[in-house]
Amino acid sequence: MPTKLVQAELVKKQKLITNIFKFSIFSKELVSCAKPGQFLEIRVSNDLVPFLRRPISIHSIDKENNIIEFIFQVKGKGTEILSSKQIGDNIDILGPLGNGTFDLKDYKNVAVIGGGIGVFPLYELVKSSPKDVETNTYLGFRNKELVTLENEFKEASSYFILTTDDGSYGENGFAIDYLKKDIEKKNIEAIYACGPMPMLKAVKKLSEETKIPAYLSLEKLMGCGVGACLGCNVMNVKKGSYDKVCKDGPVFLAEDVEI
Amino acid sequence: MNTQINFAGIKMKNPVTVASGTFGYGREYSEIFDLSKLGAVITKGTSYKPKMGNKNPRVCETTAGMLNAIGLENPGVDYFIENDLPFLKKFDTAIIVNAFGGTGGTIQDYVNVCEVLNKLDIDGVELNLSCPNVKAGCLAYGTTYEGVKEITTAVRKVLTSKPLIIKLTPNITDITIPAKAAEDAGADAISLINTLTAMKIDINTRKPILANNTGGLSGPAIKPVAVRMVYQASKAVKIPVMGLGGIMNGDDAIEFMLAGASCISIGAGNFVDPLCSIKTIEGIENYMKKYNIEDINEIIGGVQMN
Ligand SMILES: Cc1cc2nc3c(=O)[nH]c(=O)nc-3n(C[C@H](O)[C@H](O)[C@H](O)COP(=O)(O)OP(=O)(O)OC[C@H]3O[C@@H](n4cnc5c(N)ncnc54)[C@H](O)[C@@H]3O)c2cc1C
Ligand SMILES: Cc1cc2nc3c(=O)[nH]c(=O)nc-3n(C[C@H](O)[C@H](O)[C@H](O)COP(=O)(O)O)c2cc1C
Ligand code: FES
Repeated sequence: MPTKLVQAELVKKQKLITNIFKFSIFSKELVSCAKPGQFLEIRVSNDLVPFLRRPISIHSIDKENNIIEFIFQVKGKGTEILSSKQIGDNIDILGPLGNGTFDLKDYKNVAVIGGGIGVFPLYELVKSSPKDVETNTYLGFRNKELVTLENEFKEASSYFILTTDDGSYGENGFAIDYLKKDIEKKNIEAIYACGPMPMLKAVKKLSEETKIPAYLSLEKLMGCGVGACLGCNVMNVKKGSYDKVCKDGPVFLAEDVEI
Repeated sequence: MNTQINFAGIKMKNPVTVASGTFGYGREYSEIFDLSKLGAVITKGTSYKPKMGNKNPRVCETTAGMLNAIGLENPGVDYFIENDLPFLKKFDTAIIVNAFGGTGGTIQDYVNVCEVLNKLDIDGVELNLSCPNVKAGCLAYGTTYEGVKEITTAVRKVLTSKPLIIKLTPNITDITIPAKAAEDAGADAISLINTLTAMKIDINTRKPILANNTGGLSGPAIKPVAVRMVYQASKAVKIPVMGLGGIMNGDDAIEFMLAGASCISIGAGNFVDPLCSIKTIEGIENYMKKYNIEDINEIIGGVQMN
């Protein structure tokens, strides 16, 4: 699964909610080998500031039309520059990156849980899951204003729950609590998670208690994004040594990593 | 047009190498370009025994650069011999192994790894006396004349069949002191600069970003310091100098060579643009065409001081 360095055209740009943008990129090269859970390293400018590339997850892969999509939140200078790109611009992308992906394996009944901007990278897994796989999706947001992708996930999932922390939309409370309630009676075989650290920790704990494997997408500050600098280390407790989030992840089996 | 250089006995097809710790053992970037195009690959710092390295966060971005405090994590020289050396040998490029003393960081630790390296099919050894991120060893040796001389002498005794490059730290007032010490102790070349000790604080949490608190600054932010030190060091010694620190393109590379470097190395530039080294080779060739330079060796140390 070779890494590619491409200049690929931005063909569609959408503002989903305040500060959150969806970019559609035309690239045969990226689409040909991209998998759910992988990410891209994007150089937002040729200037020396910002210096490093920005890691952004793959949101969806359209093999028929050679379109790959990502969604990002404007946080600082890098993502702000990225958000100012126009349709027709070429984007400097290194990817697809990561060997630890959201892999359905042979599971037939899975739970997908995402929080906040962590919901974006989970979409391709749900969208591309075969018909005979039950996808139970639990998405949590802080409040109504921050809800994204509700319809997309609802359509692609077999079962769908949306929560807000303040109850301003959907169910009231944390997505993890709804998953906890369902997990035994639904006979869930595996959990796929992406979101803020408290949510990932809760999923890891749930996995430990239920012995149901959980796959977590992790984030670390990165240098190279490809496995060359050793900047993105996470402790692999099984091996007793460090893994690289960029190369061995970003998705890890919860029981393997210390978070 | 000739771009070949002979760097302390290491034959390179061009003066562009990739810097230790920024290129792993070559595997990752070999998916993006043919490593045979490089003058040399310099490996991640390698010790006699495996080393775990520092806690995360280990890297962060700064203005026109970055900090790192990896802590010299590496799988050890035996792993290198079994897994990485055979891979690197597939390419038509010089292989320089960057070595250091490991967790102990004693002189004996340096000697142990170099004894092993002396027997391998590699083109040279770069000794890291300058890593700011490990508690024992390195930096202490790298900042005094006696320290550099003592360790270089000890390693030279066992490293008899390979060119020995001593990598210098810039965290010192007078760079000519360790440069001369390396030469006096029989080193074949010096390389500089390693990273500058630095710190970045998150003003919201009031804590340093790096788990190690401090780290090494690299990237274009350090380039003017590096150029000055390469100039001073190359004037002070007769052995050749490898220049690095913030090189992003051919123009930067030429600047280092004019200052006195015989070859150069690309570090953090690889992260920003994986093709940085290849573009730097092209940039050097363009400069040579522009100024009708037949042989790249002509420009080494060619700066005309005011
Ligand atoms: C594997 C991975 C996948 C990601 N996927 C997405 C995604 O799909 N959508 C999205 O909106 N964001 C995603 N992020 C977070 C995104 O990379 C950061 O928000 C972004 O780098 C911020 O850059 P900035 O210049 O706007 O912010 P600044 O805060 O100015 O960035 C300063 C430095 O910190 C780094 N940084 C800041 N926040 C993060 C973070 N959370 N993780 C890693 N590095 C960070 C930047 O890359 C940069 O080097 C992902 C991060 C990782 C590691
Ligand atoms: C992530 C990272 C890891 C590094 N690891 C090593 C190392 O193991 N040994 C070493 O001698 N130098 C190491 N260095 C220093 C570089 O080789 C180089 O001297 C320095 O980064 C300056 O060059 P640059 O500005 O082009 O990056 C490392 C630098 C970085 C950024
Ligand atoms: S970011 Fe460089 S190894 Fe992961």
